[in-house]
Amino acid sequence: MTEHRSDLVEQKLSTLTLDGKLVEFTKGETIYEIANRHRKEVPTLCYDERLEAFGACRLCVVEVEGIRKPVASCTTAATDGMVIKTSTETIEKHRKTLLELVASENRNVDVNALSGYSSQEMTILVDRYSARTGRFSGKQSGTSNTGDKNPFILRDYDNCISCYRCVRVCAEREGDYAINVMNRGFHTQIITEFNNDLRDSNCTFCGQCVQTCPTGALGDKKALRDADTEGEIKKTRTICPYCGVGCSVDMLSKGDKIVGIQPAMDGPANEGALCIKGQYAFDFIQNDDRLAKPLVRRDDGELHECEWDEALDRAAEGFKKVKDQYGRHAVYGIASGRAPHEAAYTMQKYIRATYGTNYIDNCSRS
Amino acid sequence: MSNPLADMEKPDVIFAIGTNMTECHPVAATRLKRALTDGATMVVVDPRKTRLAKMAHLHLPIRVGSDVALLLAMAHVIQRDGLIDESFIAERTADSEAFLSHIRQFTPEWAAEICEVPAEDIERAGKLYGRGNPSAIYYTLGITEHICGVDNVQSLCNLALMTGNLGLEGGGINPMRGQNNIQGAGDCGAVPANFPGFQPCDNPDNAAKFAKLYGRDSIDPERGITKVTALNEAGKSIHAMLIDGENTVVTDPDKNHCEHALKSLDHLVVIDIFLTETGQLADVVLPATAWGETDGVQANTERRVQRLRKAVEPWGEAKPDWWIVSEIAKRMGTPGFEYESAKDVFNELCELSPIYAGLDWDRIDEGKYHWPVPDKEHPGTPRLHEGEFKNGMKGLFKVIGYRDPAEVISDDFPLWLTTGRRLEAYHSRTQTGRSAGLEYLLSEESLEVHPDDADSLGLVHGGMAKMASARGEIEIQVKVTDKSPKGTVFTSFSFANVPVNILTGSGYDPVTQTAELKVCPVRVTPVA
Ligand code: SF4
Ligand code: SF4
Ligand code: FES
Repeated sequence: MTEHRSDLVEQKLSTLTLDGKLVEFTKGETIYEIANRHRKEVPTLCYDERLEAFGACRLCVVEVEGIRKPVASCTTAATDGMVIKTSTETIEKHRKTLLELVASENRNVDVNALSGYSSQEMTILVDRYSARTGRFSGKQSGTSNTGDKNPFILRDYDNCISCYRCVRVCAEREGDYAINVMNRGFHTQIITEFNNDLRDSNCTFCGQCVQTCPTGALGDKKALRDADTEGEIKKTRTICPYCGVGCSVDMLSKGDKIVGIQPAMDGPANEGALCIKGQYAFDFIQNDDRLAKPLVRRDDGELHECEWDEALDRAAEGFKKVKDQYGRHAVYGIASGRAPHEAAYTMQKYIRATYGTNYIDNCSRS
Repeated sequence: MSNPLADMEKPDVIFAIGTNMTECHPVAATRLKRALTDGATMVVVDPRKTRLAKMAHLHLPIRVGSDVALLLAMAHVIQRDGLIDESFIAERTADSEAFLSHIRQFTPEWAAEICEVPAEDIERAGKLYGRGNPSAIYYTLGITEHICGVDNVQSLCNLALMTGNLGLEGGGINPMRGQNNIQGAGDCGAVPANFPGFQPCDNPDNAAKFAKLYGRDSIDPERGITKVTALNEAGKSIHAMLIDGENTVVTDPDKNHCEHALKSLDHLVVIDIFLTETGQLADVVLPATAWGETDGVQANTERRVQRLRKAVEPWGEAKPDWWIVSEIAKRMGTPGFEYESAKDVFNELCELSPIYAGLDWDRIDEGKYHWPVPDKEHPGTPRLHEGEFKNGMKGLFKVIGYRDPAEVISDDFPLWLTTGRRLEAYHSRTQTGRSAGLEYLLSEESLEVHPDDADSLGLVHGGMAKMASARGEIEIQVKVTDKSPKGTVFTSFSFANVPVNILTGSGYDPVTQTAELKVCPVRVTPVA
């Protein structure tokens, strides 16, 4: 039969010593992946498990016996017999220094959690390492582009730490190549092709760059409208209501207000990806155009608000009248391709059980 | 889809036809992009130069509605060059002889005339698909929204059958569903041909079984009429309708006809979250809960059954659809609607549907299952047709011929209009149109016209034009671009103020009654 590209390769287990313990790993795994699996809290900033490891921030360094300098665990493949220490005094000091540098370069260390899925990563690490100092204050990397009028993505590069996660997610995951890096070092800047606004680039406003940004340099403008709204952020796991891909999302709410959407990184259909609709087109729900009460057409020919009982009685009476006058084949039901299963199921049951016909369809034909 | 979304990263050759995937299913498209990065080859068939088309190794901008001709010629090439999978055909298919001799006459040169693309490109497409190991087919409404929609789909099946590209990781035939739960509506039996779980209505045993389950003496042991027929019959034999959450008037292929049909009903009840154009014609409008306001279940394009969860209290007095329908049913004296939750309803569906038999509300919590899941021990079926087809049946080849669209261009209507969707808008925009910020990207409808056509018709970029078909006339803003080929204009039907469906609606597929939305001859003239 047919051979296939992804035929399973026989995998052999190897071993190494991790903080004094012998552990198994499979060829090709990085030190970071192994350490992470064993719950070693190795700090990272430029790492996103969906992206190729990049090795820029050097926070994830570990000591490997026989190698003089600490190595970046996210980019180093494990080899048989390695002896690794994930946390030593030298390494922790190095990490703290790096974080102090990051903290001092950034205008804001405290980032609103509505900014994006990864927006708390830097803040959490800075606090874990007590690295809030003003030692390097004054110097800032990057250049803000807060003039971009797009209504979705805040671009405040004063908070950029040059982890390039945005550039990489756009290229590697989205294949859109809308943004890139200009200059290196202190003047690093993330720009679009002609340094324009995102709207004039290849950008599809999928929001993936926002969601992977670990510092809030990129922020979710729509969600941040509710930065000052009272209440804790509650996350509810659900599925996008637009197309048939069925991306998993977390709906963010404060009290009874829906404030934003974040992609579910473990969503089986989307694995963290979203498009503009799933990411940003959520506020139709709480919109003043929504129907708040039932409507019935009265003698004046107009629709008027009424109570549920009246509306339901009117609905049923009308069906009864038609059924009595014209027979059971005079009533037709059209179910929605957008509403949940329970809507479609009860609709078809209503028609079949009430009229004994199969006079039911949905909107897939148009 | 026959294959799971994850398989989209694995084909050797991608054959994407009639799908503007980067705009309509962007997240699925990212998987194809990854396959391309990994070295896959992609053929895109689309009249327009879409983003997907620009990424393709081979783009065939065929004349709208000529898909069958192209697919026949590709089959011809595959056979001629000995690229067919003999053992697959022998073991798993039937009626191959008639098909294989039928396609001998359809050369790439023959198809080139009809499709208006070079014969060499058709040749190359056939070879690429035939040689791919495996090759995967992806399609959407660009294939089905034609009078020959069924022929188109069947032609794709023929290609997959003759090359054995079914039941393989990274292969298959994969229609991408446009609406979030259109798959689910079918699964639940909201179709005139099937009870829940695709149990045919014209099977008397099924009819008797459901009659008993639903507390009736009998249910008609025959298919019901389709929505299209029902709208034609409005005011004649159909006098009342219950419509759930569908803005029929704006999205229906023939707007005037549809509006007239709904107006001639004695009784129209609409359930929706907004007062839509359709709701405005109703006698009773019942406010439903929206996304995030109710618990429920939804099935995606890969048959994955997933949970929707309530995050906030409903708007105003809105109620879940299932509650509203149940309340009407109870008032009609229909038994069996004493549900207390969405869970009750879903669990009843699972009991009555063989493809959901192994599922229940709690088991689908993590969205791990693809139906069919015939029993509680079953792991689900991410990939269909592995090893064998359903019930050990054979894959049937169908002999199909090319026919012209319902209407073809003429001196009066010399341009082809084709319609589609846009990334930033969704159907009639009742939702995206009310979401802040989306207007920044797309605030007005426009008509894409090729620069050569614009020149000869005297149209200017940004100017207004009149577009007329045999059914009506609308005004629309012109966008001059070479995205659409010469002789073809494109627009979407996302905006109620530009009711493109006044023009469309020339014909329906005789089997599925899907409307010919993709092809409509028009005349475009500048507005002074
Ligand atoms: S929103 Fe998406 S397409 Fe736009 S720059 Fe960010 S990752 Fe790239
Ligand atoms: S986020 Fe986009 S791709 Fe995903 S289900 Fe929603 S509409 Fe489809
Ligand atoms: S996480 Fe390893 S270098 Fe940044």
